[in-house]
Amino acid sequence: MKFVGRQFKKIDSSAITSGKPIYTDDLAAADALIVKVLRSPHAHAIIEEIDVSRAEAQPGVEIVLTHKDVPKTRFTLAGQSYPEPSPYDQLILDSKVRYVGDAVAIVAAQTETQAENALKRIKVTYKKLEPVLDFETAIDHPSIIHDEEVHFNLPQHVGGQDTKRNIMASYGFSFGEDIETTLADCDVTLERAYYMQAAAQSMMETFRSYTYLDARDRLCVITSTQVPFHIKRQLARALEMSPSKIRVIKPRIGGGFGAKQTSESEIYPAIVTLKTGKPAKIVYTRKETFSSSNSRHAMRITVRIGADRSGRIRAIDLHSLSDQGAYGHHGFTTVKLTGEKSIPLYNKLEAAKFSADVVYTNKLKAGAFRGYGATQGTFALESAINELADRLEIDPVDIRQMNIVQEGETTLAFDKLIESSKLDRCIETGAKMIGWHDKPRRRVMEDGTIRATGMAITMQGSGIANIDNATAIIKLNETGDLSLFISASDNGMGTDTVLVQLAAETLKVDPDEITLIAADTDLTPYDPGSYASSGAYVTGMAVVNACNDLKNKMTEMAAAYWNVPPAEVEQKDGAIYHKDTRLPFIDLGRILSVGPSGGTLVGTGSFGHPASPPPYMAGFADINYDPKTGLVKVVDYVGVVDCGTVINPALATVQAESGVVQGIGYALYEDVQYGPTGQLFTNNFLQYKIPTRPDIAQVRIAFEESYEPSGPYGAKSIGEVVINTSAPAIQSAIHAATGRYLYHLPMKPEAILFGEK
Amino acid sequence: MITLTVNGKVHQTEVDTNEVLIDTLRRLGYKSVKRGCETANCGLCTVLLDDKAILSCSLLSLRADGKHILTLEGVREEAKLLGGFLAEQGGEQCGYCTPGLMMNTIAMKRELVDPTDEEIAHYLMGNLCRCSGYVSQLRAIRQYLEV
Repeated sequence: MKFVGRQFKKIDSSAITSGKPIYTDDLAAADALIVKVLRSPHAHAIIEEIDVSRAEAQPGVEIVLTHKDVPKTRFTLAGQSYPEPSPYDQLILDSKVRYVGDAVAIVAAQTETQAENALKRIKVTYKKLEPVLDFETAIDHPSIIHDEEVHFNLPQHVGGQDTKRNIMASYGFSFGEDIETTLADCDVTLERAYYMQAAAQSMMETFRSYTYLDARDRLCVITSTQVPFHIKRQLARALEMSPSKIRVIKPRIGGGFGAKQTSESEIYPAIVTLKTGKPAKIVYTRKETFSSSNSRHAMRITVRIGADRSGRIRAIDLHSLSDQGAYGHHGFTTVKLTGEKSIPLYNKLEAAKFSADVVYTNKLKAGAFRGYGATQGTFALESAINELADRLEIDPVDIRQMNIVQEGETTLAFDKLIESSKLDRCIETGAKMIGWHDKPRRRVMEDGTIRATGMAITMQGSGIANIDNATAIIKLNETGDLSLFISASDNGMGTDTVLVQLAAETLKVDPDEITLIAADTDLTPYDPGSYASSGAYVTGMAVVNACNDLKNKMTEMAAAYWNVPPAEVEQKDGAIYHKDTRLPFIDLGRILSVGPSGGTLVGTGSFGHPASPPPYMAGFADINYDPKTGLVKVVDYVGVVDCGTVINPALATVQAESGVVQGIGYALYEDVQYGPTGQLFTNNFLQYKIPTRPDIAQVRIAFEESYEPSGPYGAKSIGEVVINTSAPAIQSAIHAATGRYLYHLPMKPEAILFGEK
Repeated sequence: MITLTVNGKVHQTEVDTNEVLIDTLRRLGYKSVKRGCETANCGLCTVLLDDKAILSCSLLSLRADGKHILTLEGVREEAKLLGGFLAEQGGEQCGYCTPGLMMNTIAMKRELVDPTDEEIAHYLMGNLCRCSGYVSQLRAIRQYLEV
């Protein structure tokens, strides 16, 4: 192949590395009103009175809005395909606040200082309610967080929701034999509860949106988002207006990692622009981004596992309790992945069970974060498997090779036909790279520190089965070049580039001849957006289909022009060929641009799939542990990934490296912490520590490519699977170093030294 | 009224007493300068002030009066070279931290002789990046230091 699997710079790289103004705030008009939001100081309270008269009287203040001024239609801002499996449980502004940081009032002024001065002059009288802060006691707590009527798109018998009991979702699945009988019959069983903390996505560009009315008084929203089409639909519902009056444009995005799969900031300038007719923008501070947006779901996952003495794993039972926070974004779907993207790794099972409860609490709402539940599920299950292996005195590598799912099998849990997998090779190669069999897992160094290794495996999906569907359009311009219209919503990882590579490969043209037009709801075709590891796989296949459609049209057109059978016509190297006769695209474009038989050739292609082919990864951590301080540093991390065909080696490698590093942060220090009344302590980068350069030593990535028949040139996804192995591999290495199993993330030095409380 | 020389161009501009340099620079059109926090942790706003890397979020514009400032827009040749290495590795990713990282790397190249990987990591510690995991950027920076 000429372009797939080859080195290829990101198509936006020169704009990025020369500092071009390509991000949302760079594009906002200088005279845009500055929008600020007053945030609740209480975790759970009723707004009894709100007086904005002094704020409105401030110089430069254009408008002040409270719950009395906004539409009363409840909605969700979770970026999911319609009908969203997230409850419609929020208003733009409500008379009740449900977490510290919840929106109370909106102010728009000429300058930032004026807007901030106005915020200080809004007088609110709150009636405080008892907050629900501990997710383990949220069910049937005397305080009900959503006592209003909440609409769920999922019927009760599917979703199990019961807002009067603070339950956002509750459901379960069983597979194979009876779980209790099978567990009772196992030689060895293990039951453990694991606690995974919330975590902040921490993309470098905070939330921001800019809105204005166009020449036809339509609301235009330029916004830092992963989901432009969902935002259009959801704004229309929340603002009670026709979607035909809304346009959403995604410029370059400064990272998302799932945070921007929820429409956090768009609604505020949108309502200001609608009410005032003036352009408006909001730029979240880092503090707001930490305290008033969304985080990973904190969870408790209880694992029960049973095996025979030889190491064959016969039964797995997972129960996940998920802390949803104040609003139900992504609650049902995230918790589902804790089981769906972990248990099917193992396929010698006779019985499997997965059940889940998602509960509302008076904390920052949880949302999407790379890994989306699979990260939490993987930590729990892989840690349990490692402990089981220790109990059985079987090498963790061997117990995996004995039990993992193989290509061609259908999994007992969740019934997945696995058409591509090189997971066995990932484990083998990773073990070789880290030297797993060449050295003891625990080595005491000369300076008294301890080196130790640990490992884990994982899977994810590629798009959402039976739900995701993307369309691509490619147009042959009369000048012979091509325009590719897609809406995959690249937020930095290089999806746009990969899609151009796929188009160039399919049409056999120079990628420079293809101009990509992305993610503008007025111009580009529907795509759910950038989430669920769908870009290269779902949109990628849509691009391949669109290019094949165009190719057929071009060859038919040329065949008619030459009056020869289409089967004799071939397309390559930017031209159409019939034997030795060559018709370059530019000539075809010219022929088509004039006269009665002219026209513009447009290829369209869509793709959705009944399965979500899992990418796989094996991760191996080599840590250095200091027994004097309890400090752990990952000195070497090996990740071997099966993402199917690697389309762009450099970009795929960086995806894997960055996932491993985010996973190291999650394993060792990233921690969302609350005070006793529900206030968030970790609301800046002083308190919330993400990995810095000195924290990261060696990260080595290799690929074991399978061929996924449903994917573009055999590709699967890579974006999310890469974050999942770090925490369990490090947990296993810490046990090897210290003899101590840790059941809470992050695994901090004090817990490693003195044990968990 | 203060006088700033930005990328060789002289600007005379009114500033508020509490205005910080990042806001003045962005207002003057130097949009490469980005903000990622309010606590001087992220390094995104790094520019060179009289050839020294500083955080433009932490300097009152009044204190930059009469000084020479370089932003990414003003270092085209070096930016092209370093940017090319970053792009080859895929290490620029979303690009939001890239201008600050590039400015600090350019300052580092002028300051350190043959730095080790550890010295590089420490010099650039204040430049956070969430997309890359840092290792691809280190590969690119190593290449840049060698030319």
